[in-house]
Amino acid sequence: MDARVTELPVRKSNGIAIDTARLVKRYGDREVLHGLDLAVTPGEFVAIVGRSGCGKSTFLRLLAGLEKPDAGVVGLDGAPSSGIHPDARIMFQDARLLPWRTVIQNVALGLPGDSRAAVLAALNEVGLADRADEWPANLSGGQRQRVALARALVHQPRLLLLDEPLGALDALTRIEMQCLIERLWQQHNFTVLLVTHDVAEAVTLGDRVVLIEDGSITLDLDIDLPRRRERGTAEFAELEGRVLNTVLGEELCPN
Amino acid sequence: MANRIRIYGIEWLLPWLLPVVLVVGWQVAAQSGWLSTRILPAPLDVLKVGVQLASSGELYHHFLASAQRAVIGLLIGGSIGFALALATGLSRIAQHTLDSTIQMVRNVPLLALIPLVILWFGIGEEGKVFLVALAVFFPIYLNTFHGLRSVDKDLVEMGRVYGLGRFALFREVILPGALPSILVGLRLSLGYMWLFLVVAETISSSEGIGYMTMNAREFLQTDVMVLGIAFYALLGKSSDVLAGLLERNCLKWHKGYRT
Repeated sequence: MDARVTELPVRKSNGIAIDTARLVKRYGDREVLHGLDLAVTPGEFVAIVGRSGCGKSTFLRLLAGLEKPDAGVVGLDGAPSSGIHPDARIMFQDARLLPWRTVIQNVALGLPGDSRAAVLAALNEVGLADRADEWPANLSGGQRQRVALARALVHQPRLLLLDEPLGALDALTRIEMQCLIERLWQQHNFTVLLVTHDVAEAVTLGDRVVLIEDGSITLDLDIDLPRRRERGTAEFAELEGRVLNTVLGEELCPN
Repeated sequence: MANRIRIYGIEWLLPWLLPVVLVVGWQVAAQSGWLSTRILPAPLDVLKVGVQLASSGELYHHFLASAQRAVIGLLIGGSIGFALALATGLSRIAQHTLDSTIQMVRNVPLLALIPLVILWFGIGEEGKVFLVALAVFFPIYLNTFHGLRSVDKDLVEMGRVYGLGRFALFREVILPGALPSILVGLRLSLGYMWLFLVVAETISSSEGIGYMTMNAREFLQTDVMVLGIAFYALLGKSSDVLAGLLERNCLKWHKGYRT
């Protein structure tokens, strides 16, 4: 690699604390979130699972400040938040790179002044420094998500909100990305909220797995397995089974 | 390998085959007397009169007059169209106030306005520039408006998350996103520009390619008339090529414009 590429500076224990109180969100007559309470300690990795349409993405958008709650408070670092928090970054299911900007320009988006060194460092962390001058159209889906991840990292966020960023990737690329996200989280100590429909992914990455069903939290499970977690182990399968049973249980046994 | 090269050569030559055959046939027909020069002059005669008018400076004089009208009309009509589209494309209030009126006016056949334009402006330069400006206004306005409105909302949301202010959002996300559509508008308007210039210049003028052509009619100089028509075609083609170059340069990132 280029010798000038430096490492991104690491800020110790710099995660944001989240505390939401009785969050309600309605679209028209339909209430999507029915008074959601969730507390997250700084630096924690929380995985949120649920069926599609359960409100998990809406919850994340409220945290990001992209939408306003109809009732309740989003507390970030103990203060009620309104609008987009400058220390929070969100990653979407699609990479949302600007097609008319090169990879390096995309990562530099919104950075003031000459940021080339920091941008290259961020690209280096996701292993794409050698693709800096390509158009996004020339990258694969997984590479585009890595660029999006670098774009979030370069701002040194204290809260990373991931809205199913791996949902559209193939199984192997997805595992690679999970490793990458875990490593970067351990290095940078930000708080992560990962929304996913993949229970195995949630158990692999989360300190906690939170299940949202029909706009309410129905399960909040601590995952005490040592990291890097092996999917094949009995403990892993047991935890994964507990989440899955909660999701499916209602349907299998009415009452 | 040799086979491949020969095929490439044919692909390059084939589009020229029909025009060359037509022109040679036309020349033969005119020379042998089948085709009266009162109907169509021989292509070589057109070329000859072209060289003659070019060397006397007359052709250049008329070209300059025409080009000046075209460019001034394009600048006026294009910038008004672009500015109004920026307003209606970026602001809902401006859209509700202006867009339906503009869409209504668009349905008036512009050439039907000619009697009024003559009444308003007389037969001087202003009327011609006005017609050209009016003609280029609509394609620029419509395509810019459409382009601004169809920018990917997800990218705009992403830009907001990454802290872009209103102007930065416009510069980084909205304008580049609308650019392919804006350039289509420019390309269309260049076509209308020449079309309306021809009409305006044949109505009445004292200089310009259209004047040259109409004047030649008085003296039955079919060679000059054909020269004028060919010159218009050449101008239209070259502005199209120019627009194409601009597109390829500005839209390098776009898959559809890569060579």
